[in-house]
Amino acid sequence: MRKLSSLGIHLFLIIASVVSLFPFVWMLIGMTNTSSDIVKGKFSFGTMLQSNITKLLDMTNLGAAFGNSALIAIVGTIGTLVLSSMAGYGFEIYRSKGKDRLFGLLMLSMMMPFAAVMIPLFRMFSNMGMLNTPTAVILPSITTAFMIFFFMQNTKSFPRELLQAGRVDGLGEWRLFAQVYVPTMKPTYAAAAIITFMNYWNSFLWPLIALQTQDKKTLPLIVSSLASSYNPDYGIIMVAIVITTLPTVLIFFLLQKQFVQGMLGSVK
Amino acid sequence: MGSKWNKSSLMGWQFVLLPSALILLFSFYPMLQSLLLSFQSGKGTVYQYVGLANYGRLFSDPMFKQAVLNTLLYLIVQVPIMLMLGLVIAYFLNMPKLRFKGFYRTAIFLPCVTSLVSYAVLFKSIFAVDGILNKMLMSIHLIQEPVAWLMDPVWAKVVIIAAITWRWTGYNMIFYLSAMQNIDPSVYEAASMDGASKTRQFFSITVPMLKPIILFTAIISTNGTLQLFDEVVNITNGGPGNSTMTISQYIYNLSFVYTPNFGYAATVSYAIVVMVAVLAFLQLKVGGEKQ
Repeated sequence: MRKLSSLGIHLFLIIASVVSLFPFVWMLIGMTNTSSDIVKGKFSFGTMLQSNITKLLDMTNLGAAFGNSALIAIVGTIGTLVLSSMAGYGFEIYRSKGKDRLFGLLMLSMMMPFAAVMIPLFRMFSNMGMLNTPTAVILPSITTAFMIFFFMQNTKSFPRELLQAGRVDGLGEWRLFAQVYVPTMKPTYAAAAIITFMNYWNSFLWPLIALQTQDKKTLPLIVSSLASSYNPDYGIIMVAIVITTLPTVLIFFLLQKQFVQGMLGSVK
Repeated sequence: MGSKWNKSSLMGWQFVLLPSALILLFSFYPMLQSLLLSFQSGKGTVYQYVGLANYGRLFSDPMFKQAVLNTLLYLIVQVPIMLMLGLVIAYFLNMPKLRFKGFYRTAIFLPCVTSLVSYAVLFKSIFAVDGILNKMLMSIHLIQEPVAWLMDPVWAKVVIIAAITWRWTGYNMIFYLSAMQNIDPSVYEAASMDGASKTRQFFSITVPMLKPIILFTAIISTNGTLQLFDEVVNITNGGPGNSTMTISQYIYNLSFVYTPNFGYAATVSYAIVVMVAVLAFLQLKVGGEKQ
């Protein structure tokens, strides 16, 4: 009886794993086939990889899109880490009634649906003449209540004695932050960096609104526009999807430990 | 002492001021702007105050009704399925003697790193009429003829629900897994000694102990589902005949696809604000009372 239930559990988990992994296998196979083979459900590797890649490069400005995505994700992540960790540190280390109230207010922004702010944001950036720039994509999410909360939670376990020791050594408050806090909290920064990078890299709705010319578009916008054309070429699309997915999958495998810990740390 | 406390408090403000100002500027200010906009109407740059006219239109707008019903349907069907699935998988992966845990966990979590657009397009190709799924189902004789998944109003919704479940189950599983690891194993040992079955232990120990986390995931999933956009746009583009359209897509269409009407779009967007607030309140109330 015991063996049977354990077998059942494994069977269930194997099915769940196969379902989870299937689309990944599907995109790798699709990358090597023609569009009509993909639509017909051919499930074996083909010989079209080279031609799909060449056609994709001819049809789209893929290099530029990759560059735009990378620029937005990297600058956005650095900005978010600096600003959110500053706030998380400030809220947790220097507690006061006023700051607790402000923190509570900021947390409300987590409940605000993006659809409710996108039109005013669009007009705001349009008035500033900043539409169609990476800055317009980066700024609205450069500090999020979630990331501040994340840093604040992790700061709870930061040893305060380090700050006292630093103060005795005559370090100013900003230098304490930069030279004592930041190096100590490296794992927290790593986890926050992964989560933020993925959010920027994968974002769609706001870039769709904010970026208008072909040369400014990011990878998800390219994938979406290829797929929504009248007669989509799935072979080409699969290559674009693999290129879009590869960086985040690589980051996940390289930093799996921090990533999972980061996800866990935010709810403790 | 008093001056030192003030100085320290002042220092704290330096750290929080800029980040807080940015959130106020890019979240709270636009929320207010949206509210003002929802009482205006116009085209291009000329807007005038129209009072509650937009709100009146809201209640007699069939497309809005359809979008709300679709979104609520996704919410009611998908969120419970996904949370249950995540909970059960986490429970299995938390069993001390289970083998290949690392593999299962990685495989089931991996969908979470894909971009919403990419996986949506993958699903679109998998569910094509002549596509791989129909081919597989026909080869095991589960269906006789190919199903037009994305052309049928009901099946198209099923595909959207399956897609979201695929992407987010692992995400919720991770939260549950971490919370389960904080439960003292001796609780289970004691329950086993008292003769409680595994199923009984799951419902009498695991689920009650995890209530705060379940509440947390329920709220973020609700919030996410009410804002559903990327998947629907890229799998069905709202079709067939608006049968999969969500509120977010309707707002986007009102603003950027149809003749732009920012005023009415802002009004519709406040419908999501109200729904998010009401549902979060209800969930907190229900989750809080049982404790």
